[in-house]
Parts: sequence; structure tokens; C-alpha cells
Amino acid sequence: MKSDNTLMKVFLGLYLVVFFGYLLGPLIIMSITGFNSPGFPRAAPWECLTFEWFDVLANDKRIINGLQNSFMVGAGTVILSVIMGMAGALVLTQVWPKLRATYYTIVIAPILIPGVVLGISTLVFWDRINVMLGFSGESFLHNGILLTILGQSTFIASYCMLVFVARLQRFDVGLTEAALDLGATNVQAFRKILLPFLKPAIGSSAVLAFLASFENYNTTTFTFGKYPTLTIELAQKVRYGINPSISVLAFIIVVLTIVGALSHEIYQRRKQLALANGAPVGAVTGGFQLPKFLRGNPASVVLLLVALGGFSTIWFANVYSPETCKAEVREIKRTLQQQRIEEIRRQKIEREQQKLLQGPDIFGPKNRPGDAPQSPGKGAFGSVFDPQNLDKAGPESNNEPAAKNPGAGAFGSVFDTQNLKKQSESGN
Amino acid sequence: MSQGVGVNLQDVWIRFGDFVAVREANVDIEGGSFFSFLGPSGCGKTTILRAVSGFLEPSDGKILIGGNDMAGIGPNKRPTALIFQNLALFPLMKVWENITFSLEVQGVGAADRRKRADELLDMIALAGQGDKLPSELSGGQKQRVAIARALCASPDVLLLDEPLSALDLKLRQHMRTELRQIQQRVGITFIYITHDQGEALTMSDNVAVMRHGIIDQIADGQSIYDDPATPFVASFVGENNVFRGKVKSIENGMAIISTNRTGDLHARVGTSARETMKVGDKAMIFIRPEALSIAETNSASNHRIKALVTNEEFEGQAYNVFLEGGEGKEIKMSLVNQGKIRQSSMGKDMFLEYDPEQSIVLPEGELANE
Ligand SMILES: Nc1ncnc2c1ncn2[C@@H]1O[C@H](COP(=O)(O)OP(=O)(O)OP(=O)(O)O)[C@@H](O)[C@H]1O
Ligand SMILES: [Mg+2]
Repeated sequence: MKSDNTLMKVFLGLYLVVFFGYLLGPLIIMSITGFNSPGFPRAAPWECLTFEWFDVLANDKRIINGLQNSFMVGAGTVILSVIMGMAGALVLTQVWPKLRATYYTIVIAPILIPGVVLGISTLVFWDRINVMLGFSGESFLHNGILLTILGQSTFIASYCMLVFVARLQRFDVGLTEAALDLGATNVQAFRKILLPFLKPAIGSSAVLAFLASFENYNTTTFTFGKYPTLTIELAQKVRYGINPSISVLAFIIVVLTIVGALSHEIYQRRKQLALANGAPVGAVTGGFQLPKFLRGNPASVVLLLVALGGFSTIWFANVYSPETCKAEVREIKRTLQQQRIEEIRRQKIEREQQKLLQGPDIFGPKNRPGDAPQSPGKGAFGSVFDPQNLDKAGPESNNEPAAKNPGAGAFGSVFDTQNLKKQSESGN
Repeated sequence: MSQGVGVNLQDVWIRFGDFVAVREANVDIEGGSFFSFLGPSGCGKTTILRAVSGFLEPSDGKILIGGNDMAGIGPNKRPTALIFQNLALFPLMKVWENITFSLEVQGVGAADRRKRADELLDMIALAGQGDKLPSELSGGQKQRVAIARALCASPDVLLLDEPLSALDLKLRQHMRTELRQIQQRVGITFIYITHDQGEALTMSDNVAVMRHGIIDQIADGQSIYDDPATPFVASFVGENNVFRGKVKSIENGMAIISTNRTGDLHARVGTSARETMKVGDKAMIFIRPEALSIAETNSASNHRIKALVTNEEFEGQAYNVFLEGGEGKEIKMSLVNQGKIRQSSMGKDMFLEYDPEQSIVLPEGELANE
């Protein structure tokens, strides 16, 4: 019995490790690569701790531009979707009961339709409208931001509606009646009674809408026009070659998400605690207590954190310089390379001597252009995955002897003849 | 008394599809009076109130408030304020904001509203609690806030939908007197809904007793208790012993009814049946438990019922004896507790004496708990 139990526990633990590894592993690895110095995002081998990718990211015009567009689209989508979602949910409560199920199905349908279809149909639909109205090809209906907002809102509004429906189910219609009975007009009853009640739903549907808009690719890819959003930019970047600044961006997003989720969770816990004790929210401070002068003063907390961050950065900058580290790594690499070249040369000489002894060898590297490492063929990924690129210490180290392979093959110099030679040799 | 605004229902019918919720209601409520609708659950009380406050239009008939036809006038335009069955306090507003909501929608400034709220909070004995949320109040306090909120709108007619039903007995009794006092102080018309007869009888000037959509009787509390118009009213309001029989003779408003098991009973014909009751009709006689007494052994009275004692219980101010008589139904007799120790008569036959003046005969009809 007991061993059964421990076995179960071991399996459970194992399962949890695998599960969370699967969930969070990629995020963790990606975040680590953002702090490693090599020019291609990778976590191992670890070379130098560096923050330069933040700098690279901050100076990447396309990413910044994409981010701006994403925020604009996000804001527009939030406004449009929240309003449409709320209106849709309100109609659901008013509509004739027999029509309710039908109405619900229709309004929920966009969630089930593939985003690609929504994107294409948005493009086609508004283009037709544009033609019908006799506007030029440059009219506002061809504006990428507007089209993207319209396209995304078609299905994000449905998400928002679900949030509102859930909230509205708990609304006591008697409250609106009471307001009317006390002399309020319908508009006043809506503004003073229903809207405050829906506030939490407005908040959560806005967050939901923004996140859904921010990460959307399928629909946006058809509608962005001249205004690529962040996801579009990232997808395009992969084609031209990526560097760890993408990882840094991912890291920032992950951190923001975690901070946001945690603070929301803490707030909810406190609210529940407050409700359970019948005290106002402000009176409860979770598990730990802040020192008195900080309590109830978020500004001072923020100031303190900023100061701590500043001091630690300055201190760190004084004791650690990524440049020296990188120079060291470069030095190590150079010596390694030298050694390797030496080795190869030595082996060559040995082989030549053997050849003289044994005669021609069919399997030898004789037929291959031994010292002209060219990779044939040009692939979609260029030399992104070129292992020699990987060895570059950083973006500014581009002035290093430009990789010895001129060709930009799909698999870089994976098929580099020198590699093969090495292998065949070790095979020997 | 009639300086307030009266309410009249004229042939009001209210239907939900095929279902008739209110049938031909004719009610005249005097201005400034305390009027109650009394009836079992689901009999249409709330429906009538919602029609008066304007949340639903009667399918037929007219509703007049202060003599004006209310057809087509919305709830926010009527001089009524409704206290909902579940109170419907606004959960996100503070108590004082709740109370002065009617002023807020008129655009009255916050300072003036606060002042008015404090006056009303004083009146409902909740001074200093204006900054709480409704969820932080007790049941009785919420109750009073709901009343203050309705009064703040200065309605001509205050409609109350079972506002005390959620309270415990002590608080309910306390709130009854308080409500009555408030009504006398502000002098406006109160229309009060309840299924609690004690509430209706103690507070009201007039009571309408309802039975699934039909108004059986409108009268003051004493008439309803002493002279019920239908068997339903007789059995719904207060306790009553029922005997069934046939009318043997009628003379000067007094009838003799022959019953199967209890012989001939003498009783007064109910006012509502004076004109219509004939010899040979099926009838019901209602005798209240407190109108029964133990007959003197040598009494020559012919107002006697012989019955077998099956149970006795002590209730504090009264001593209840249950007897087997009637048609299988037990007879209940309440004796005032005079501090003497009674001998148990369990299992013995007993002669009960009744007063024909306090016994009512009505044509056979529906009873409340059948
Ligand atoms: N909107 C409606 N649609 C259909 N039937 C309704 C509607 N409102 C009320 N009814 C019906 O009308 C009848 C009277 O309802 P009402 O709410 O007036 O009862 P009530 O006397 O207030 O009962 P209670 O004491 O339980 O509050 C009930 O049978 C109810 O089912
Ligand atoms: Mg009701």
C-alpha cells in the first residue's frame, strides 16, 4: 500500500515536471536567450551575460513601429468590441425568449469561424463597400488600422459578449425597475444602475479584447495594409533572420503578463478576504505587512523600487562589463579555431602521407573541394541557421571575418564539406 | 382622512397569455389610508401592485390615481413609490446615495442630497449609518432604508410588497408599529401587500382579501374577521371550525342548519348571503375556536355540540382542546387560561356550547386550505 502511494507520488511529481516543463519551458529558454551574447538566440552554450539586446530592441524601428500599430489596433478593437459585446449581451436579455437561442448562435458564430476567413471577408467586404460608395483606392476604408480593427472586432466582440452575458445573468432586473420607479429615465437607469454593475465585466472584456487583438495574426495578415502590427513584423522578421532582441521582447511580455496576473490575483484575494471579514478592501493587506510609511502609499513603493533598480544597475555596471567578457570569449574562440586549423592541417599532412602509402581512396574527401567551403542553393531562411553565424559574439562583431561561406544555403553550412571531412575522419 | 391621493381600480383584468392573474378587480382606496391586500402566495397581489406602479398595463379596465387615468403613463411618471418584495436596494451605492436616488436623477446637488438623507436617516433611526453599503446593514435596517428611499421621492402613494416577510417575528412586530406610525406621520396613502393576516389586520384601515386573482372581500379588519364574505375568507383569516349542512330555516337573519353528525346548528347568516340564501341550500357554518366553551352540565341551552376529546395542548395564554366531531375534521376549542389547573378530559365525550351570534353561515364554497 505504502509503496503504491510513493510510486503514485513519484509519478505525479514526474507528470507535473513534464507538464510545467512543456508549458513554461519554451518561455524560460526564450527568456534566457535574451541575456546571452551570441547573435542567434540560444541558451547554451552560455557565453556572456548582456543587456545589449534590450538596446537593440529599443532601436529596432520595425519592431517599435509594429508595437505602436499593435497598440493602436488594440485600443480601437477594445473600444469597438466592448461596445458591440455589451450591446449584443443587452439585446440577448431583451430579445423575445423564443428567438434567444437562435440569436445566441448567430452572435457566437464568429468565434467558430477561422480567423483567416474573417480576414479575407473583411477585406473583400469593405473593398466592395468602398467601390459601392465610389471612393478612391486610398479612402479611409482601405486604411490598414481601421480594417484590422474592424476585422478583429468581428470575433473579439463575441468574446466580450460572453463576458457580459455571464455578468448580466446575475443582474437583478428589479434594480432597474426600482430606479425607474424612483423617477429615473431609462438612460439614467442604464447609466447609474446597470453600467456600474457591468464595470467589472467592462474591465475584463477590455483586457480580453486587447490581448486577443495583440496576439492576432490570422485575421490581421489580410487587413494590415501599410500598418504591420507586432505579430506581422515578428513573422516577417523570422524570414530575414532573428536575433535575441526578439527574446527580449518575449521576456518583457512574459514579465508584464506575470506581474499583471499576480497583482490581479492579489487584489482578488484581498477583496475576498475583505468580504469575508466584512471590512473594506483597503483595510486588508494580504499575508505580509509593509512598513508603516509605505503602507497605503503606492507612489513611495514605486519610488523605492526604482531607486533599488537604479543602484543595482550602477553597481552592476561597475563590477561587470559585458565587453571584457565578450573579448575573452572571442579570444578563447580564436585560439580554439587556431587549434582546429592546426589540427586539420596536421591531419591533412598525415593523410597525404598515408595516401602515398595506400593509393587512391574512393571514400576519401578527394572529390570534394576541400578548402572552398561553399554551400549551394539559396533557401527561404537564408543563413539564419548558419552555425557560423551562431558563433558571432554579437551584432557589432559583424566586422569579424565575415563567415567563410559565401553561399546562403537553406541549412547554412550544415553540409559544409569541412564538417563532412571531420566526420569521415572521426569515422575512420 | 381624505386629504391624500386615492387609488381606484375599475374592472381591472390582468392576463399573462391565457393565464388570468387578476380577475375583474374593483377597488377604491381612500386617500391617506392604509390599505392592505391579503392573500395566499401566487394569488396576484404583486401583479396588482405592479399594475398600480406602472410596470405592467392592465389587459382590461382602468387604474386611477388621484382621479387621473394612468393608462400609458410610465412608472417614472407616476406619483407612486414601490418598496419591492426583495427591497432592491442598489448594492453599489452607499446608504445615503440609495435614499436620495430620486433626488439625484432630478439633478439635486450632492450637498443638498446629503442633508435630506441625514434627515431621513434620523427618521428611520439610522443616524450616522449613511456611509455604509446596503450589504453592511441588518435585515431590519435594510428594510428601513428601503422605506426611506421610497419616502424621499415624496410619493402620493407608497406601495409596499411584503416588505416584512424576510424579518424574524420580533422585528416584524416592531416594524409593523413603526410603519403604521410613519404612515400616520406623513399622511400619504399606503398600499400594503402581505400574506400575513396578523399584519393586515393590525395595520390597515381596509383589507382586500384575494384568492387566485379574485378579490373576495374588501372591508375593515373587524368585519373581515367577524363577518367574512366567503368561506375562503372565513377559513383564510384566523382559525375557524367548519361544519357542513343544509339550510333548514331562516328567520330574522338567523338560520338553522341540519348537519349529519352534530345535529342542528343555529347561526347568523353572513351579510354577503342575506339576500341569496334559501331554505334547502347547501351551507357551511363557521365557528371560531374562541367562540366555543364547555357547556354547563345542567345547561338547557340547545346551542350544544357533543364531541369526543382527542387531544389537548397548552399554549400559554390559551388552552386548546381538539375534539372529534364534524365530518371527520377535528374541532378546535380555545379556552382562556385562567390559571386554574384543568383536569384532563382526554378520551371522554364533552358538550361544547357556542354563541349563534358569533357563528356564521355561508353558502358552500372553496376553503383556504383545501
Ligand atoms: N410575468 C408573468 N408571466 C406569467 N405569469 C406571471 C407573471 N407574473 C406573475 N405571474 C403569475 O401570476 C400569478 C400571481 O403572481 P404574483 O406575483 O402577483 O403573486 P403574489 O400574490 O405576489 O404571490 P407571493 O405572495 O408569493 O409574492 C402567479 O401564478 C404567477 O405565476
Ligand atoms: Mg408577491
